[in-house]
Amino acid sequence: MPSWPRNQWYVAAYSSEVSEGLLARTICGEPLVLYRTQDGEAVALADRCVHRRYPLSESHLKDDQIICGYHGFTYDRTGACVAAPGQKRIPRAARVPSFTVHEQDSFVWVWIGDQDRADTTQIPRAPWLASPDYTVVRGMEPLKARYSLLVDNLMDLSHETYLHGGYIGTPEVAETPITTEVDEEANVVYVSRHMDDAECPPFYAKSTGIEGRISRWQDVEYHPPCLYLLHSRIAPVGSVPPDEGPDKDAFHVEVVYAITPSTEHETYDFWMVARDFALDDADVTEFLATNNHTVVMQDVVALDLLETVVEGEKDNYQELSINIDTGGLAARRILKKLTDASEEVTA
Amino acid sequence: MSTPVRADLPPPNRMLGGRSVYRVVWQLHTDVLVGYCWCGTPHESVDPIELWDWLLAHPDTHSGTETDPAETTEEP
Repeated sequence: MPSWPRNQWYVAAYSSEVSEGLLARTICGEPLVLYRTQDGEAVALADRCVHRRYPLSESHLKDDQIICGYHGFTYDRTGACVAAPGQKRIPRAARVPSFTVHEQDSFVWVWIGDQDRADTTQIPRAPWLASPDYTVVRGMEPLKARYSLLVDNLMDLSHETYLHGGYIGTPEVAETPITTEVDEEANVVYVSRHMDDAECPPFYAKSTGIEGRISRWQDVEYHPPCLYLLHSRIAPVGSVPPDEGPDKDAFHVEVVYAITPSTEHETYDFWMVARDFALDDADVTEFLATNNHTVVMQDVVALDLLETVVEGEKDNYQELSINIDTGGLAARRILKKLTDASEEVTA
Repeated sequence: MSTPVRADLPPPNRMLGGRSVYRVVWQLHTDVLVGYCWCGTPHESVDPIELWDWLLAHPDTHSGTETDPAETTEEP
């Protein structure tokens, strides 16, 4: 049984990555080849020729069809084989699985599970990523670590103080109590940490120009399994949003992660930072891109190390959980619930 | 629970709007977590695992005649 829920939507790529050519991604243990047709449709097929398993991603794309780079089996966008070398008759079994994809909010979402259950209305939203009111920097880092380690990492931001000190971490992050909510029907976890009088970390001081101490709110909204939103509000101390109308005194940063399991020990870590200020300031864009990449790489190093520790540990190793883990524990439980439900459907 | 909780500072009041929302507030200046079942019943604990176990088991104790949780006010 896989450690992830199969019957869920996952981000396979940024839309911008699926352009000319063939893109290989293994999503939830399924090797996929992604491409875009001439009429703009994104396609995801199994990345194995039905003949001798050659990766279609290492093949040739011509007229919206993939021609296998080994023996020339040719597949259309639905995965049906339309030509086989020397054959007049195409064997009926000559078809590679095709997976439902949906493009939204600058992502290519894919449904790996039972294809008749794919419902695009269930895809969680991150509208900032494709909004003219925000400027976005983004990247993707492959982790050599299981996806649950990235979920743990992101659900408990107190680690910012220690792992990301000097970038986004300040003492107040680890010292401020959190409020956690779980919507049991919608399967959403919300973790809120509101710091009223906090040191301004360099990440925000240099990008916003705020000098001195700040009101810093972190509101995490996790839609298991894949989409993680961190609504970050930075404002002068004492500023609170008005009951109505725009929150003009504050800077808003929407930090988004897509957490996509690749294999049981590898994960795609898609990261984005969207801001509603200094939209055209190239220096701010460059600063946030560089700094957030540094922060993400600090996590990558830590999580890759943690994976080796977890793989090598004895069965039934007992962790210790404390108050900061309240949201992370809730996320783990919902992931288990979704995973169990997916297996029941498939069985 | 005897004393009112003053943990939300500034108050992140209800953040999620669903019917079945569990809430856990870390009581300020203490190590105490206060959990609320979506029916409004609170429970204190210093162990988040014990607290989640309690919260998730609590709906089993609900009777069929209780107040609609949307009308319950458990804000401190």
